[in-house]
Amino acid sequence: MLEQYLAIFIKSVFIENLALSFFLGMCTFLAVSKKVETAMSLGIAVVVVQTITVPVNNLIYQNLLKPGALAWAGAPGVDLSFIGLISYIGVIAAIVQILEMALDRYFPALYNALGIFLPLITVNCAILGGSLLMIERDYQFGESVVYGFGSGVGWALAITALAGIREKLKYSDVPAGLRGLGITFITVGLMSLAFMAFGGISL
Amino acid sequence: MAKTKEVLVEPIFEKNPIALQVLGICSALAVTSKLAPTLIMCVSVIFVVAMSNASVALIRQHIPSSIRIIVQMTIIASLVIVVEQVLKAFAFDVYKTMSVFVSLIITNCIVMGRAEAFAMKNPPGMSFLDGIGNGLGYSAVLIFVALIREPLGSGKLLGYTLMKPVTEGGWYPTNGMLLLPPSAFFIIGIFIWILRTWKKNQVEAA
Repeated sequence: MLEQYLAIFIKSVFIENLALSFFLGMCTFLAVSKKVETAMSLGIAVVVVQTITVPVNNLIYQNLLKPGALAWAGAPGVDLSFIGLISYIGVIAAIVQILEMALDRYFPALYNALGIFLPLITVNCAILGGSLLMIERDYQFGESVVYGFGSGVGWALAITALAGIREKLKYSDVPAGLRGLGITFITVGLMSLAFMAFGGISL
Repeated sequence: MAKTKEVLVEPIFEKNPIALQVLGICSALAVTSKLAPTLIMCVSVIFVVAMSNASVALIRQHIPSSIRIIVQMTIIASLVIVVEQVLKAFAFDVYKTMSVFVSLIITNCIVMGRAEAFAMKNPPGMSFLDGIGNGLGYSAVLIFVALIREPLGSGKLLGYTLMKPVTEGGWYPTNGMLLLPPSAFFIIGIFIWILRTWKKNQVEAA
């Protein structure tokens, strides 16, 4: 049991890293990776949101949307999976909003550190992608908690690493046309190539 | 007329959503290893951006600004569900290979970004064209990437063999790296480089 959870965790952090092998959350990944500090706060925000939204979406899917899931309400033939998308994004938006208010009230220090990154997370594809991949793989509740946490950690790791590289890149002499976005793309490509090495690990 | 053309054509090279505005890379890269899913992705994105821009513009004066993100999100999500159901019904194989990436059009920043930046301030007709223009700009990059990756990676294009690979008794040693995800980053990086060498005003300050 524990072994299986550990396998999901390692897999979601390294082998199937959301940012570097599925390219999810790229917009924010490229836009907010200029400084290690900000990248890290965003990373933490993603871990927190991901750990909450993936299990919640899992519960919604298992108990309301899955074909036949409404049997407890006396409607075993109903398949609501087509409205999945709109419910997941609604859940994500709502949770981000609640989290923002809760942090503001109880952990003002953390709230200030995260700043504008919290609302930005709603449109981060890594969050929605995490929920969708979880559903595609049909994870049970326990697995979805581990997967949510692991994939968040993987994304945070990737963005912090990229920010570290970009801070050093400032001192190098990059050709004019490649400066900024261009070289960042190539850097991410190299990082992603390095992460592919984890692909050989079988769990 | 001049403005119409500008709205439609400008996003393709002058203000390319991927190369300049860093929008919509999220769901784009993983589908480009073959041309066929890429084309379907492009059509879907053009449809969603154009329609969501038009719908948002249509009701822009009635949306209270505090809840506009949720309203936009709902419109976009509904459109994406339409696309998803159509693909599921008529092109199931492609739908399977693209897995979650069709659904991820929702969080494609191009759609959200254009709704927020253009459709909230302009009439429906113009917004519709802006949507098509941005969709085309996105498609241009995607198709460019797919056109490099598929032939060089597997020697085929849309199922036709262009260069016969060694594995099938031909002469072309396939470059497997181009089928792997990281190659898309290199190709887009180089695309940006070419574009910015051509259009000097897009170069970022050091």
